[in-house]
Amino acid sequence: MSVLLELDHLSLSFGGLRAISELDLHVEENEIVSVIGPNGAGKSTVFNVISGVYEPTDGDVRLGGQSIAGKRPHKITQLGIARTFQSLRLFLNMSVKENVKSATYGHTKASPLESILRLPRARREEREVDALAEEVLSFFGQRLTGYRWNQPAYVLSYANRRRLEIARALATKPRLLMLDEPAAGMNPNETHEVTELIGRLRDERGLAILVIEHDMHVVEGISDRVVALDHGVKIAEGSYKSVATHPAVVEAYLGRDPEALAEE
Amino acid sequence: MAKIGTDDWVARSGERRDDGSGWRKLLARADARVGWWQRLALVTLIGLIAGQLLTNVNVQTVAFNSLLYAILALGLNIAVGWAGLLDLSYIAFFGFGAYGYAVFSSTAFGSDGSGGVHLPAIESIPIVLVAAGAVGVIIGLIALRLSGDYLAIVTLFVGQAFMEVVNNVDPGTLGGVNGLFGLDPLHSFGGRVESPLGFYYLALAMTVALAGILHLLDTSRTGRAWRALRDDPLAAAAMTIPVKKLKVMAFSFGAVVGALAGTLFAAQQDTVFPTNFTANVLILIYACLVLGGVGSIAGAIAGGLVVTIGEQLLSSPNDAGYLFYGLIVIALVTRIRPWRQLAAVLAAVLAFGFAAHAIVGAISSSAVAGSPGSGGWIGSAVRDYVIVPANPATYGNILYVVLICALVAIVRLHGTRRLLAVIPTVYIAACCWESRLIVNPSITTQIMIGAILIVTMAARPQGLLGTPRVETVQA
Repeated sequence: MSVLLELDHLSLSFGGLRAISELDLHVEENEIVSVIGPNGAGKSTVFNVISGVYEPTDGDVRLGGQSIAGKRPHKITQLGIARTFQSLRLFLNMSVKENVKSATYGHTKASPLESILRLPRARREEREVDALAEEVLSFFGQRLTGYRWNQPAYVLSYANRRRLEIARALATKPRLLMLDEPAAGMNPNETHEVTELIGRLRDERGLAILVIEHDMHVVEGISDRVVALDHGVKIAEGSYKSVATHPAVVEAYLGRDPEALAEE
Repeated sequence: MAKIGTDDWVARSGERRDDGSGWRKLLARADARVGWWQRLALVTLIGLIAGQLLTNVNVQTVAFNSLLYAILALGLNIAVGWAGLLDLSYIAFFGFGAYGYAVFSSTAFGSDGSGGVHLPAIESIPIVLVAAGAVGVIIGLIALRLSGDYLAIVTLFVGQAFMEVVNNVDPGTLGGVNGLFGLDPLHSFGGRVESPLGFYYLALAMTVALAGILHLLDTSRTGRAWRALRDDPLAAAAMTIPVKKLKVMAFSFGAVVGALAGTLFAAQQDTVFPTNFTANVLILIYACLVLGGVGSIAGAIAGGLVVTIGEQLLSSPNDAGYLFYGLIVIALVTRIRPWRQLAAVLAAVLAFGFAAHAIVGAISSSAVAGSPGSGGWIGSAVRDYVIVPANPATYGNILYVVLICALVAIVRLHGTRRLLAVIPTVYIAACCWESRLIVNPSITTQIMIGAILIVTMAARPQGLLGTPRVETVQA
């Protein structure tokens, strides 16, 4: 398998604060990698650097060998990295279908004039975009189809909003999908469903997936590889089992064993 | 565990649907069946029929003005309603269009009141629109790094700067405070538009064409991108939308529509003055858009019509009376239920007034010596109802303050107390209207438009034809 995304000695500082220090991380094609770590470890910041919200202070981000560090967010998404947000950021006043269709802006080309005159290219693109929207929405079974298409996003339940965010990200035709806590705030049933969905995204759509997740059942269920961060530094990497039992990870989450401390 | 992706709630949605009953149901179904171009055709038809019925020149001018404001509101809606940019420089583009038309259709570039540039409209208007679009791009680029309040402040400055420029820069060409006058009539291909009715039809054609164009734009990728970045610019950027480019586009497109309205305005008015483009006019355009419904094409047009026609009605005392009393009755009828209660309140309002008039009249005959400001049948109907003293100015001012206090009190009260408070408040409003408000139509117009806006916004925050929106809280 070839490497799709590669972070090379990536660092990010806000003034004197080092949010990420010399982070090396890679995601291969068709691989599911989970990023775990306590609150404030810099997980979402890593996503923000990859997706172009922040420019790295040092190091490089490469997608398929090509450097994308410092490119603007819409360019990066167009190159094949789509993301969802930890705090949902849907276009709440737009319909479910429009939310998905809006994410195809970068893959369509019709100018405003062509759109107004409904020239052939604009019509063809609109048909394709419509079909794409229906296709990605049908990925979630009946939940986001039928009459839901034309409902504004703000009427959706929390779980459906999370699903819609994933659908919207899929509409950008990504190679790598970054999910920021996809199971946050979901009940056990829904969490189970998310676990299956992430597997299907990889198997059926051939995506590489980078996930931030706190729910260890989800992490265990989906991950090919787990990376643990703390204070912007990678403290462990490997299979779920090896990382979950790694002393540094246990320490990051729980603090040091008082008995061990006493022995020192 | 349920099968993944199945959703009983969605599957049985049809059974739960409730469109209401009776005429509401029929209306909702008809509304769902009619397409946008059919609506537009209907509006065009109504506009054409109205044109046939407008025989009075003044009424024709009002009709033109209402469509002019509809066009202005449509243009403002692009940046404000769709892209969510609080653009206060819009008025400058309205002025830019008007002055642009003026300098190409007058002796402005000539010497000693002769010569100059006299282009036909088919040449001058496109030149002006392209120039306005270019200026819009420049302003958009300047405003790019700003949003919300800061954008509003900077763009407000741009609007003021335009006024200063036309006032002070090169008065020989732009006319300074005297403006430009004696413009050529709108002419092209040997035809010309000069009559008020002609301008009405021209404005109608432009409004309809613009509404169609904007609808097609709204439902295209560009319109979707605008609305996306309005809701959440960061998410929009993460979804392949080039936010900066689209913001500049929104500014520029709005500028072009504003300038188009400007050319129409200048041609119809035959003159342009710097004072045509003050912040007051900007506020009026905003009022049109907000009242009609921000983000809605039909709303922008409706807002333009309602505000302009409302303003016109309010400037004539008799019509203003109909509007004033009509609004009170409508407010009471729509807000008070059940019918028994409504009838009781109406009866109480009448009884309260006649009783008050009789009592005050018995104590002091000079206190009711004045005559109501309204003429016609309203005037004679309320003669023995409202208390108007011989010299009503001070009395009216005091009453106005009391009225404001009473309205505030009504908002704070609930249930039966509110119902009881309504009775004297309506009476105070009537007295205040007859003794003071109606005497100064120009001030009253402003107050009434403000009141109508406040009431509409309280009852329908989304505007007359807008769709309800939620504001995204940005993390």
